[in-house]
Amino acid sequence: MANANDSFYIGSTGNGRFGQHGGQYIPETLMNAVIELEKAYNHYKDDPEFNKELNTLLNEYANRPSRLYFAKKMTEDLGGAKIYLKREDLNHTGAHKINNVLGQALLAKKMGKTRLIAETGAGQHGVATATAAALMGMECVVFMGEEDTKRQALNVYRMRLLGAEVIPVKSGTATLKDAVSEAMREWTNRIDDTHYCLGSVMGPHPFPTIVRDFQAVISKEIKEQLFEKEGKLPDAVIACVGGGSNAIGTFYNFINDKSVRLIGCEAAGRGIDTFETAATVNTGREGIFHGMKSYFCQDKYGQIAPVYSISAGLDYPGIGPEHAYLHDIGRAEYVPVTDDEAVDAFEYLSKMEGIIPAIESAHAVAYAKKLAPTMDKDKIIVITISGRGDKDCAAIARYRGEDINE
Amino acid sequence: MSRLKKAFKNGKAFIPFITCGDPDLETTAEIVRQMSANGADIIELGIPFSDPTAEGPVIQEANIRALAGGVTTDKIFDFVREIRKEVATPMVFMTYANVVFSYGSEKFISICKEIGIDGLILPDIPYEEKNEFLPICKKYDVDLISLIAPTSHERAAMIAREADGFIYLVSSLGVTGVRSKITTNIGEIVKMIKANTDVPCAVGFGISTPEQAAQMAAASDGVIVGSAIVKIVAQYGKDAPKHVGEYVKSMKGAIS
Repeated sequence: MANANDSFYIGSTGNGRFGQHGGQYIPETLMNAVIELEKAYNHYKDDPEFNKELNTLLNEYANRPSRLYFAKKMTEDLGGAKIYLKREDLNHTGAHKINNVLGQALLAKKMGKTRLIAETGAGQHGVATATAAALMGMECVVFMGEEDTKRQALNVYRMRLLGAEVIPVKSGTATLKDAVSEAMREWTNRIDDTHYCLGSVMGPHPFPTIVRDFQAVISKEIKEQLFEKEGKLPDAVIACVGGGSNAIGTFYNFINDKSVRLIGCEAAGRGIDTFETAATVNTGREGIFHGMKSYFCQDKYGQIAPVYSISAGLDYPGIGPEHAYLHDIGRAEYVPVTDDEAVDAFEYLSKMEGIIPAIESAHAVAYAKKLAPTMDKDKIIVITISGRGDKDCAAIARYRGEDINE
Repeated sequence: MSRLKKAFKNGKAFIPFITCGDPDLETTAEIVRQMSANGADIIELGIPFSDPTAEGPVIQEANIRALAGGVTTDKIFDFVREIRKEVATPMVFMTYANVVFSYGSEKFISICKEIGIDGLILPDIPYEEKNEFLPICKKYDVDLISLIAPTSHERAAMIAREADGFIYLVSSLGVTGVRSKITTNIGEIVKMIKANTDVPCAVGFGISTPEQAAQMAAASDGVIVGSAIVKIVAQYGKDAPKHVGEYVKSMKGAIS
């Protein structure tokens, strides 16, 4: 499915290790479930029927391939590298999340599961899962931090409209990490008929690999589309990183093209020198949590830090194990972007190109704004616009001191 | 023979759990004394974790109370060092992998040995990941407790064959917490375990009443009770120790 040729990059070993990261740090109760999932995935990923069915869904239902758009005004304004936008915001449901969800839901269906559970931060993954469940006639329960249900009320309504049950999670910081914990707890409670449709390249093996493979379509298309338009590879690809699914999707087929800089933009919140940050690679250290060994924001005793970002989708104290590995081997760069910078970029792209990006994606736009002017005009940057920003308008208005009705 | 295995020599074992530092370590110390005096065979000491993914609401809240009260791994080590001077009952730590890993696995486990902790229960370390800690546990003679679940099926034999100390048989699906009924066929799983090891097997998750304890103990070598005790602490706070003592006595009585 994903077609990175492994000329230098090993990726994961058989047991789901990316270097020292990854693994399966989960309760024994779930072990047979992940083993069963891995077997099913290994069977179906190379099954022509499965891939045909999935590709039809991606193209006919989710509107793939997504556009690679030349941002002419932005390029001229910044006066440096040419900027292309990978328009994942134009996918059905408004974000890259649908790529993974259609794959996992189809897989779950083949496995005989009748119920999907999911965690969600900004609500995009929850909406995508609710959508796939509606499409495939499956039951759906979405766990969402109570804090996030307030920040993203529109998405809560969308999920309910699609027939999903949304359960606000009150424990901990009532954000994405707590939604993941609660979804894992629910999975240990009901396994037989239920697939946990994890939304990012995190959690226990095989999830980081499965989600990456389903998201790798992003870089596969960028490569083909840019070759058609420019006849060459980009010089840098930029994506925002929470758990890291749109970023790994953006990076994956370029990992072996060493001339391409891979840049992940972490949510720095109020700054990496404050406690109100979610920049895992920049402020965290190695740990074991949510089924994986990776980098986590934590205190000296290993208590997971209550992270913060304006973006509910990036407000997570960890990062997927493959990103941790790409960081370790120096293949990808992870840079912090603050709330202020992201909000500026949110407004900038709206006014400059008439494209309202998700506040998550605006983190990537913010870094591109800094990077492009430092590069020559014959260089090319691709920014993945992972989602659209309608959901964020009320929150950004509030950030700017304006109260609007959603 | 490990002290944990020996703890099963006096009939069916009763293993009570308590979250350290809930509401404070002075109360925990008195609870441990009461547990020991009232017949506990092994005492399971929880080191709180910010995000305990295998716990139900009762123990989650205990973790929050304890952390909010300022308890840390180092303070718990000091507390065990002190209580060990007066309590001889075998003790195990129950916590999450990151608490051990982040402290420095070797440092953590060597301190366990030094202060008299006999074993380690880590619910997010399955068989496949046990080498994260097992070699160090072996080096310091601290038993890494294996868990077997109702969903383990054919894995039970593999896990049992390599188990140390005792086996923690998870009675039910889901997370920790009091249950009105346990529907798993415990006897059948215990039979499979016994065919593969002579390490004793205690049942935990969902047990709260003497009747349930008697029923589970009849099918195994002992019972582990957590949430029901933590509930008593939540209700009585600093006055909890004597109530916990009475509870432990009634539970031990029910399985003897």
